[in-house]
Amino acid sequence: MNIIVCLKQILDPEVPARDFRVDSDKKEAVRGGAALVTNIFCENALETALQLREKTGGKITALVFSPESGEDSLRKAMAMKADEAVLVLNDGHPNPDPLAVAQALAAAIRKIGSCDLVMVGRESGDWGVGQTGGLLAEELGFPSISFVDGIESGPDGLTLNRQTDTGSEKVSASTPLVVTVTNNEFNVPRIPKTRDIMMSARQPITKWTLDEIDVDAAAVRAGGDYYEIVDLEIPVREINCEFVSGDTLEERVDQLAKRMVEVIQAL
Amino acid sequence: MHVITILFSNSGYDRAAQGVVGAGRALATAYGARLSAVVVGQDNPGMNSQLAAAVDEVIVAAQPELAEYQPETFLAALTSICRELSPVALLFGNDTWSQEIVPRLAHRLGGSAAGDGIELSVVDGAVRVRRSVYGGKAVATIALKRSPAVLWLRARAFDPAPETGSTAEIRQVTPELPAAPATRIVERKSEQSGEARLEDARVIVSGGRGLGGPEPFADLQELAGMIGAQVAASRAACDSGWCPPSWQVGQTGKKVAPGLYLAVAIRGASQHMAGISDAKVIAAINIDAEAPIFKHCRFGIVEDYKKVVPLLKEKLAGMKG
Ligand SMILES: Cc1cc2nc3c(=O)[nH]c(=O)nc-3n(C[C@H](O)[C@H](O)[C@H](O)COP(=O)(O)OP(=O)(O)OC[C@H]3O[C@@H](n4cnc5c(N)ncnc54)[C@H](O)[C@@H]3O)c2cc1C
Ligand SMILES: Nc1ncnc2c1ncn2[C@@H]1O[C@H](COP(=O)(O)O)[C@@H](O)[C@H]1O
Repeated sequence: MNIIVCLKQILDPEVPARDFRVDSDKKEAVRGGAALVTNIFCENALETALQLREKTGGKITALVFSPESGEDSLRKAMAMKADEAVLVLNDGHPNPDPLAVAQALAAAIRKIGSCDLVMVGRESGDWGVGQTGGLLAEELGFPSISFVDGIESGPDGLTLNRQTDTGSEKVSASTPLVVTVTNNEFNVPRIPKTRDIMMSARQPITKWTLDEIDVDAAAVRAGGDYYEIVDLEIPVREINCEFVSGDTLEERVDQLAKRMVEVIQAL
Repeated sequence: MHVITILFSNSGYDRAAQGVVGAGRALATAYGARLSAVVVGQDNPGMNSQLAAAVDEVIVAAQPELAEYQPETFLAALTSICRELSPVALLFGNDTWSQEIVPRLAHRLGGSAAGDGIELSVVDGAVRVRRSVYGGKAVATIALKRSPAVLWLRARAFDPAPETGSTAEIRQVTPELPAAPATRIVERKSEQSGEARLEDARVIVSGGRGLGGPEPFADLQELAGMIGAQVAASRAACDSGWCPPSWQVGQTGKKVAPGLYLAVAIRGASQHMAGISDAKVIAAINIDAEAPIFKHCRFGIVEDYKKVVPLLKEKLAGMKG
């Protein structure tokens, strides 16, 4: 099975709210001292792919569309034991819209060639768009399933487990297929071994420019014509917390219980 | 001109569906357009007639093949229905199915999609959506450049639609469906924490990684039972396997709006808070006075939950009697 896992490099989402700033002219977060990291759901996707490969064999190609910095995400994917790495260099708009991204990724996937399963995260931790999987499926003409958290391969194709609002569903699917992956307790990304991290630094990465894949490079560089961010702001909503008082723990918990009941009775 | 709300008949005309129709009416008014409701799934006559009082036309697709949700089949049905109506906007709720369908339907119709909308407006004839980004640390306004605008909304953030005062026509359609879809949902499992949906819960008690294991969730459930609350969790608690993924509240979990949200051993990361921005009162039990959760709390206690929860149960039991 040939699996392609798409990884997005983003500003570290763990930056606490108090340190977070935006540039409202550029309509982007200010990077400041924050690190660039691989989006967590992409790592959940890679982990799911690695577990599938352990059972069925096959090849995993990690694919990133980003500036040169995206190489770090690919190195980490190789350290986690992806087989191959492809970087499509974004030398245009810093935040292309989701259709432009999907078109670039689809063109890269076609150029990579044989592909049975495309895996992406359910959404990215920066813009939280949640559309790349669906748009990619349409660009490639593949069916797709969202919120997958486990994949088994059998003689009749794939069996997916996916999360729903109320629980879960089992889905049987043939390939080729696009899935978006969400988190559960079984796809927490593995920590690469030190030795594998060192080896990953020497592994080859295939690099393509937008002009080397079959995409409208000018349109992607311009950021696409799907949608545009027209405003970005930080909402202010902090309130003063009243810490319950009392001399003993018992008194304080009594206060807590009273406040809770007050609120509930007023509902 | 048409604004269309897309609803699934299995959930009925619930609060979420009402919110979607409410948003649809506001958008239709801004455009001077007609508001239609497309209802897909097993025929639900009760829902159709409720809708007939709130929209200008009800379009029902209820072939046997649509009795249960299947992604490729529903997508094909909606594509064919919407193509015929050439709408300016299509509105969905924030359920799993809607989120799955929206980008693909937008692509098929040559439109633009956006998700998790909390506010809509029309500027120069194009739809703009406000949505929370950067894990809830910022809010963006997005202008959609293609038509139709295909959106899924944080449905309960929108007021229900007023009744029109007349009864809209209910029209059955039978869109063409793919013969052999490449994916098939073969089994469905439900793992709710109670009967009611978390989204509709009036009171929620939620546990985080600070609980340290699965057992304390049983205590939280007992506590919740005493005050008519549902139990929820942070992503860290779900990822640890202490509770089912469907309990997760946050940016990528449930968006809840209870009157009271009690966060127990939850730090208050922005991605968690993104799920409770509509809660009326937030309260917390946390051992760390500097935990960001307290920045959002009306009241709270800085203490080990292991000491607080048993006492709290005692107090609440006493107050009941
Ligand atoms: C893209 C993305 C999406 C995400 N989506 C979500 C989401 O939907 N929902 C979500 O919840 N998170 C989400 N997260 C994760 C989020 O960033 C946090 O990592 C997570 O919410 C932390 O969970 P927590 O507060 O339970 O754990 P921790 O951060 O580990 O905090 C534990 C808290 O418990 C307290 N504590 C410890 N021991 C005790 C004790 N004995 N008594 C009382 N208090 C104690 C500590 O002081 C601390 O405040 C997302 C992250 C990303 C990057
Ligand atoms: N620039 C990118 N390069 C590679 N994969 C991406 C890129 N952007 C989005 N993706 C994939 O699409 C998923 C969802 O992202 P989004 O639709 O932007 O929320 C991510 O988790 C990635 O798997």
